[in-house]
Amino acid sequence: MLKYIIKRLLQMIPVLIGITFLSFAMMRLAGGDAVTYMYENTGTAVSQEVIDQARKEYGLDQPFLVQYGRWFAGMITGDMGISYVSNRDVYDTFIEKLPATVLLMLSSLVLTMMISIPLGIISAVRHNRWVDYLIRFLSFIGNSMPNFFVALVLMYFFSVKLGWLPVVTSENRLLSLILPTLTLAVSMASKYTRQVRATVLEELNKDYVMGAMARGVRGSVIVWKNVMKASMLTIITLLALSVGSLLGGTTIVETIFMWDGVGKMAVDAITMRDYPIVQAYVAWMAVIYVLVNLVTDIIYHYLDPRVRLSR
Amino acid sequence: MNSGKITERKQKIKKNHIKRKLIFFAVLTALLLLTAAFAEYLCPYDPNEQNLMIAQQPPGASHLLGTDRFGRDMFSRVLAGSTISIYATLALVAVVTAVGTAVGMICGWYDKGADAVLMRLSDLFLAFPSLVFALAVAGVLGGGIHNAVIALAVIGWPKFARLARGLTMTQKNSPYIMAAKLSGCSTLGLLLKHVLPNIAGPVLVTAVLDIGTMMMELAGLSFLGLGVQPPVAEWGSMINDGRSMLQISPWMVLAPGAAIFITVMIFNLLGDALRDYMDPKRRG
Repeated sequence: MLKYIIKRLLQMIPVLIGITFLSFAMMRLAGGDAVTYMYENTGTAVSQEVIDQARKEYGLDQPFLVQYGRWFAGMITGDMGISYVSNRDVYDTFIEKLPATVLLMLSSLVLTMMISIPLGIISAVRHNRWVDYLIRFLSFIGNSMPNFFVALVLMYFFSVKLGWLPVVTSENRLLSLILPTLTLAVSMASKYTRQVRATVLEELNKDYVMGAMARGVRGSVIVWKNVMKASMLTIITLLALSVGSLLGGTTIVETIFMWDGVGKMAVDAITMRDYPIVQAYVAWMAVIYVLVNLVTDIIYHYLDPRVRLSR
Repeated sequence: MNSGKITERKQKIKKNHIKRKLIFFAVLTALLLLTAAFAEYLCPYDPNEQNLMIAQQPPGASHLLGTDRFGRDMFSRVLAGSTISIYATLALVAVVTAVGTAVGMICGWYDKGADAVLMRLSDLFLAFPSLVFALAVAGVLGGGIHNAVIALAVIGWPKFARLARGLTMTQKNSPYIMAAKLSGCSTLGLLLKHVLPNIAGPVLVTAVLDIGTMMMELAGLSFLGLGVQPPVAEWGSMINDGRSMLQISPWMVLAPGAAIFITVMIFNLLGDALRDYMDPKRRG
C-alpha cells in the first residue's frame, strides 16, 4: 500500500510542474508587463526609471524560466506575489477565502449524495416503472439548466417571492448557505443520479444477485447489503470526478450570491486584470483537483480487495 | 419457435421506435437551426431598438415576453440571441471534435513518440477543472465571443483525443486495415478513408451529447461578462443583464433562461436518440 502511494505521489510531480507551468505561462504570455499594469491600476503617470526599478524589484527583468522557478518555489513557501489591486499578499488572500469555498463545496457534495444515492437506487430497483421514469425525467430537466439560471430561479422564488432566504450572503451564514448549496446540488445531483442508477443497474444484473434471489434472500437485503457494497466504489469515484465541475460551478454561484470565496475572488480579479490572483487561483484549483483524484484513487485501491490482495 | 418469432417482432418494433424518435428530434433540431439562421427576419421588432417609454413591460399581447429595461422587445432579443448562442456553440463543438479526433487518431496510430508527448499534454489539460481554466483564458484574452470559444476549445479537445485514440487503436490491427495497407494505401489514406469512417459513430454521438454542456459553459462565460459584449443579444449576457432587475421584471431572466433550457434539452434528447440508434446492443 505504502509503495503504491509513494509511486502515485512521484507520478504526480510532472503533472504538478506541468499545470503550474501552464498557469504561469498563460498569464505571462497574455498578461504583458505586470509593472505597467500595476501603475495603470493606480492611475499615475511614472517615468521609465521608476518602471525599470520596479521591474527589477519584482524580478521581472530575469529570464522567463527563472521567474517561473521563483514563482513555483513561492507557491510552496506561501509567497505568490502581491495583488495589483489591493496590494495585499496573494497567498494570504487566497488562504483567507478558501474556507468559504470549501464549506460550500462540502455542503453541496453532501446534499448531492443525499439526493442522488437514494434516487439512483430507487430508479434502478424500479427499472422501467413510473418512479424510474419520473426520476429520469427530473434528472434530465436538472441536467439541461445552466447553474446560473437555476440560481436566479431559486433566488426569485425563495428570496424575492417568499422572502424566506436572503438574496445575497448576509450575517446569517447558515441561511445564506442554503441557496448556493441547492444551486450547485441541482445540476450535480441530476448528473450523478443517472450515474448511480447505471452503476446499480449493472450490479443488479450480475449472477450473484440472481443466486441470492434463488436462495430466497429478501430483495431489500440484497440491495442494501450486497449491491450497495459492490457499487459503492464506483459511486465514490464518480463523485470525486464531479469535483472538477463543482470547482468551476463555484465561480459562477459565488459571484451570484456574493459568497466571499475564492471563486468570486477569481471572477473579480479577472475583471480587474489582477493577474497574480488569477494565476494563483488557476494553479491551486488544478492542484486541489489533482489531489482529490489522487486521494480517491488511493481509497479505491485500499477498499477494493481484488486490487489490494493482488499485490 | 413461436416465442422466438415474438421477440424478433418486438425487436423490430423497438428498432422502429428508436428510429422514429431519432427522426423526430432531428426534425426538431433542424427547426431550431433554421430559426437561429433566419432569426433576424423572424423578429417582430428590432432587437436593439430602445424605447424607454415602454421599459420593463410585463409579457402581454404586443410584447409576448415583455420588454427589458431599455424597452427592447424580449421576444425579438431571445430570437436574435439564438443565432450567436447556437452557432457559436456548434462552431466550438466542431473545432473541439475535429482537433481532438485528429490528435487522437495520430496518437493511436503511431504508438510511440508523438503518442507519449500528446497524451501527456492532454493529461495536463484534463487536470484542470474546465470552467476554471476557460475562465482564466477568456479573462486573459479579454472577453468577446471568439475568445470565449477559444478558451473552451483549449480545454475541450483532450476528451475527444482520448476517445479517438482508443478507437483508433482497436481498429489499427484489424484485417481490413492490413488488407488496405497491402494494396498500397498511404497512411493518410488509411486514416481518412478507412479508420475515420469506422470511428466516426461514437465520436459523433459524444460530440452531439457535448453540445448541451458546451452551450451552458459558453453562456456561463457570457453571463460573467467574458463572452458576448452588450448590446449584442446573447442568452447568457441577457440573463446577466436581467439579474439586477429580478425583483421588478423576472421575465428578463426567465425568457432567455427558458431559451437555453429548451435548446439544451433538444440537443440532449437528440444525442440520446442518436446514441440509442448507433448502439448495436440497444438495437438488438
